[in-house]
Amino acid sequence: MKNENVIEVENLTKAFGAFKAVNAISFEVKKGEIFGFLGANGAGKTTAIKMLIGISHPSSGKAKVVDYDVYTQPEAIKRNIGYMSQRFALYDDLTVQENINFFGGIYGLSRKVIREKSKNLLVELGMHEISSKLVGSLPLGWKQKLSFSVALLHEPKIVFLDEPTGGVDPITRRQFWEMIYKAADQGTTIFVTTHYMDEAEYCDRVSIMVEGKIEALDTPKNLKQQFKVTSMNEVFLKLARNIE
Amino acid sequence: MRTIGYIIQKEFKQIFRNKGMLPIIFILPILQLVILSNAATYEVKNIKFAYIDADRTSTSRSLIEKFNASSYFDVLMDLPSNKMANSAMLAGEVDVVLEIPNHFERNLIKEKSATLGISINAIDGAAAGLESVYINQIIQGYNRDIRVSLMDTSHRSIKPMNISSIPSFWYNTSLDYKTFMVPGILVLLVTMITLFLSGMNIVREKEIGTLEQINVTPIKKSQFIIGKLFPFWIIGMGLLTIGLILAKLIFNTPMLGSIPLLYLYTSIYILVILGMGLLISNFTDTQQQAMFIAWFFIVIFILMSGLFTPIESMPQWAQIFTEINPIKYFVEVMRMVLLKGSGLQDILPQLLKTLAYALVMNALAVWSYKKVN
Repeated sequence: MKNENVIEVENLTKAFGAFKAVNAISFEVKKGEIFGFLGANGAGKTTAIKMLIGISHPSSGKAKVVDYDVYTQPEAIKRNIGYMSQRFALYDDLTVQENINFFGGIYGLSRKVIREKSKNLLVELGMHEISSKLVGSLPLGWKQKLSFSVALLHEPKIVFLDEPTGGVDPITRRQFWEMIYKAADQGTTIFVTTHYMDEAEYCDRVSIMVEGKIEALDTPKNLKQQFKVTSMNEVFLKLARNIE
Repeated sequence: MRTIGYIIQKEFKQIFRNKGMLPIIFILPILQLVILSNAATYEVKNIKFAYIDADRTSTSRSLIEKFNASSYFDVLMDLPSNKMANSAMLAGEVDVVLEIPNHFERNLIKEKSATLGISINAIDGAAAGLESVYINQIIQGYNRDIRVSLMDTSHRSIKPMNISSIPSFWYNTSLDYKTFMVPGILVLLVTMITLFLSGMNIVREKEIGTLEQINVTPIKKSQFIIGKLFPFWIIGMGLLTIGLILAKLIFNTPMLGSIPLLYLYTSIYILVILGMGLLISNFTDTQQQAMFIAWFFIVIFILMSGLFTPIESMPQWAQIFTEINPIKYFVEVMRMVLLKGSGLQDILPQLLKTLAYALVMNALAVWSYKKVN
């Protein structure tokens, strides 16, 4: 069971004219894994994610997400994944509860399920007292935690998190990662990009993208040994420098 | 179906929560209707009239008196010379100068004819044309009078036959321009508000990033679009209702035809506009761009709709162009149904064209809305 692949990518490429934003990347992600997808700004992480979640057509290569092909079955993929983008993407002018209702609703959850889930979720997040507040008035860290919970609402098999903790304070980051672990424990696969190298250490496996290519892929421990350094930060710097 | 319900619910919440938007949707159109309907008039009134009376006889004074009595002319001044008249015209103080030459009365009596000089400021050609007509009417009326008073005794026998026509004006018997304008302006506000709102709505979600989130959900294109546009369809119908009530209450606009028929037509017409708005938002990235493009189309469509200037007097190519102008059809239908009492049979051509237009527009809009890049 542990070896079941939920993402299989082979030579996936996205070209904008002559420029290859993503250049023939290949990797697999196993079920229940926390997969760190690292890279400097502009390395092509977001472009790669957009292809995997079915909102951007690949130029070439193969990719399967939850057994569905990204070319032919993007809508089937969308039913089975959750996504949290770099930009906060809940509705600022709706309340916490209304956002939960809306996203639960468009994923086809019944009213009863939405009611139960949102009750648990609000208690867990400690937001039940502010459930009728507009989301726009919440602090960023709260928004991000809410956003993550909403992405999990329909019990997706994989959650894609694109820099979920950008601009968030260390305590909230810590809490956020606890939420990630909890989701992973329940069998959800986590696909996460980040710029924080301490977060990279929390991942089961990490890939590092440099200029559209995956230059390294292994567990944080193995990567550190391979590059003969003591932290992921140094691994990252070494890789990025080598290319320059 | 349930999915659409969730989207509609969300849209309505957002619209009614936006305190800046509500007055734009409901108060501005009302102001527009009241102000424009009163101000946008074809009548030329209060014409600034001056005269040069070189004759200074009872005949010339009674002619001037005729102008004084007319409600169209404001007799402003008695100019002593041509030169003064020219400078007054140049300064914009007068629009029309009547010049009564020396020996006007004497010529009339002796030679049975006399000439008058009239200068009209014709920067606004349409207004100048109307002024010229008014002036001629007054002078002709005067002509008949003096024929009676000056020549009565000697020339009774050769009084010419007089042919006169008595026009009867149909559908707008009193030639009240408001009766004509109010239905047109109603068209304007239904169109503008629905186009701007729908055009900017989806672009706004693009700007704030929520559209991407929506695109990652299994929501169907058609569900999303119907859910998005339906609230604006309702708002459009609401605006029509408010407009009709105001037209009745404030302007007492005649409503001869069937109001349900008008609603039927409007319900299809709004689909055209919403499709257009969606198309605009698909091809723009910011609300600003969407706004400019929407304005571009609105201005062209309004000026070429027959709302302010008759289509019949446009050049041939422009008349052909108006065939693809949805506002033209709505203006026609609105005026036909309200003022003429036209039935379904009469507006069927417009109805069918609008329906076809709605299908094409929405097909294009749905086709160009991409969940995947």
